[in-house]
Amino acid sequence: MNRAYANTTVAVDSVFWFIAGASALLLLLVTGLMVFFAIKYHRSRHPQAQETYESTLLEITWTLIPTALVMVMFWYGYRAFLTMRNVPADALTVKVTGMMWKWGFEYPNGKKTEVLFVPLNKPVRLNLKSVDVIHGFYIPAFRLKEDVVPGKDNYLWFQPQGMGAADIYCSQFCGLKHAYMMSRVEVLSEADFTAWYTSTNTTVAGTLNLSALPGIPLMQSKGCLICHRLDGTRGTGPSLLGIFGRTETVIENGKEKSVVVDDAYLRRALKEPSAEIVKGYADVMPPVPNLTEQDLETIVATLKQLK
Amino acid sequence: MTTTEPSYLENQSHRKGLASWIFSTDHKRIGVLYLISILIFFSVGVLIGVVMRLKMLWPGTHLYSAAAYNAFFTVHGVIQIFLFIIPGIPAAFGNFILPLQIGAKDVAFPRLNLLSWWVYVIGALLALTALFSGNGPPDTGWSFYVPYSLRTNTNVTLAVFAAFILGFSSILTGLNFITTIHRMRCPGMSWFRMPLFTWSLYATAWIQILATPILAVTLIMVMAERILNLGLFDPGRGGDPLLYQHLFWIYSHPAVYIMILPAMGVVSDVIPAFCRKNIYGYKAIAFSSLAIAFVGYLVWAHHMFTSGMSNTARMVFSLLTFLVAIPSGVKVFNWIATMYKASIKIEPPMLFAMTFLFLFAIGGLTGLLNGALATDINVHETYYVVGHFHYTMFGGTGMGFFAALLYWFPKMTGKMYNKRTIVVAWAHIFVGFNLLYFTMMIMGWLGMPRRYYSYPPQYHTYHVVATVGSWILATGVFMFLGAFLVALKKGTKVAANPWDATTLEWKTASPPPTENFQTIPTVTGGPYEFKDGHPA
Repeated sequence: MNRAYANTTVAVDSVFWFIAGASALLLLLVTGLMVFFAIKYHRSRHPQAQETYESTLLEITWTLIPTALVMVMFWYGYRAFLTMRNVPADALTVKVTGMMWKWGFEYPNGKKTEVLFVPLNKPVRLNLKSVDVIHGFYIPAFRLKEDVVPGKDNYLWFQPQGMGAADIYCSQFCGLKHAYMMSRVEVLSEADFTAWYTSTNTTVAGTLNLSALPGIPLMQSKGCLICHRLDGTRGTGPSLLGIFGRTETVIENGKEKSVVVDDAYLRRALKEPSAEIVKGYADVMPPVPNLTEQDLETIVATLKQLK
Repeated sequence: MTTTEPSYLENQSHRKGLASWIFSTDHKRIGVLYLISILIFFSVGVLIGVVMRLKMLWPGTHLYSAAAYNAFFTVHGVIQIFLFIIPGIPAAFGNFILPLQIGAKDVAFPRLNLLSWWVYVIGALLALTALFSGNGPPDTGWSFYVPYSLRTNTNVTLAVFAAFILGFSSILTGLNFITTIHRMRCPGMSWFRMPLFTWSLYATAWIQILATPILAVTLIMVMAERILNLGLFDPGRGGDPLLYQHLFWIYSHPAVYIMILPAMGVVSDVIPAFCRKNIYGYKAIAFSSLAIAFVGYLVWAHHMFTSGMSNTARMVFSLLTFLVAIPSGVKVFNWIATMYKASIKIEPPMLFAMTFLFLFAIGGLTGLLNGALATDINVHETYYVVGHFHYTMFGGTGMGFFAALLYWFPKMTGKMYNKRTIVVAWAHIFVGFNLLYFTMMIMGWLGMPRRYYSYPPQYHTYHVVATVGSWILATGVFMFLGAFLVALKKGTKVAANPWDATTLEWKTASPPPTENFQTIPTVTGGPYEFKDGHPA
């Protein structure tokens, strides 16, 4: 999969390399001198210390040069920051809701999702709302973060410049399942985005006609697709593409065994996710909430078709 | 010194055994009490850190529960900050050394000094009670951010009360030191003849007195809101969560300088002693301590660059944050200039002072990415910040504390530790430290958020490396501490001034007599003057 990135990635990374580079040089200078003096003026070679006279000029020099340097760093940091704050007027505005412990996205036309779909090369503004405690909306691939503070109207914006998917995390500790308050942002081509945005379905049309599968919106609403991807790549959980009939090594009660994924396995995996864990993945999936028999059937039927 | 007075270690009070220590008003005994308590809590904090790292070997909910992990990082932070780093150098070494360095018999208020130790112990016991009572240990992180800390049903109220009590211990110590420095200097000990360790304690004490009450008020507000359901911080009751963050950091950022300044003071004393040379830029170092203490007050909101403050506020705090980097830089340049044309012997205290310089330089320089707005937004609340502040707090203050222990242990006990063991321990600490915390900074830049009990698979390798680093580091730390326990029993006896150092504490016996000096000394020169390679 391609790695998604945005205008903010570019802006922040250039500041990063400048500051990191200058810092590395300063560290090298300071450490190099320290080690050099420790060797050259070691008591075995230099038994008698020599008086050195204090120089006000030297003190002023090594005050002023670092001052100038850090002012440049400040300025670069501030300039890139302004890029991150000045939202173009034509930005697509998505309302982001943070709650213990998931993210929700609502588009201007009323469409609601748990994965953030955005069009390539179009500015997107995110209005951040919390319904409980403080969360932190964080997209590392875009170098973007802003706290989601209850009672406060915080915002972010970005313009995606690379297609693909990227993780969304919660960065402000918010209680028990803080570590699983995740989602994804998917950058789509403008055509794909428009097709998705104007359709009644919640997922994207790809090579598979996903929108025809009734289980997909259901899995979306249950939050399955945050960890399980549909494109064959590894997420927090295994990809669901081609899952039916696949032979997997699973761990049950600490013992490894081989299973062929069938109806019975999938049903058990949905109801008791911790019973048999696919090798190489963590035991982190909660039982699917409010799962009816009807839901089970729909999901399993859909998974059979994801080939 | 022909007649030998009994040392402070020999009991001269009417009390016996333990009581002669825990009710002693002798600043040296109180310093030792603090040192022992602080080292115990530090060890517990290290062990909790190791247990936290163990869970990070694999993602998922193995080993222990998410709730336990959330409690561990909170307790680790509370212990290491409130019970180790803040009191650390000032309360243990400041108490012991400060009166000796200025030629005083004791601190200005000896009984207040004993009270501050008791308040510390009571605060620590309350903190421990908070772990094992009520609905379990707090799970908020050491910063107790609202509204989560108002809503969680874990034992936040008691833990916050413990921090409130500990604050008073800090205030009392600060008050005592300022008065002592102003009123108790021996004849000839003018302000600019004071050792730089004393200068650093003076700057620290002012922050302790002026900033700590703000923490006290803030914590009282949290308790009041939890108990009385007031609407101060909780937006659900009309409060403002950012008000809490401002109040919290108005104390807790200056507190960072309470933590680091005394360590800088230690290094300023150790370097000239092992260079056999006067410190370069005495006044620049002394004034830069005061500058750090002052500017340090004005930068608190750089902890809040993603909280939704106005762009202007963020810009101003970023600018001020960069300014506070400058006095720290000035100190580093002067220390290195001291080594120029010196006669350097790398004894254990010097080895740790140089380690301080290297690790603190990394800590300071990586802080520049936190000061710059654009880059801080990415690394805020990630492992980058965790790595960065461990470089400053552990690599800086921790190594300074270790250097102080190595430098003054012979003074406190009259005994020398095994230097070879210390060098082996140092090698472990150095390798383990960088493996652990530098790796943390890398994964943080790549987006790994902090306070996660599990993590996405792409961070796995980094977590394994960091965890292995934690084992090496902890081995080194316990080897280091063990060397002192061994030295208490088997250490070789040392003379009054084993390092040939110049400051006043070395002019009396090791260990010093109860009254410190047989006759109050009169000072005629600067603190670091050598003549022909020996103290002038």
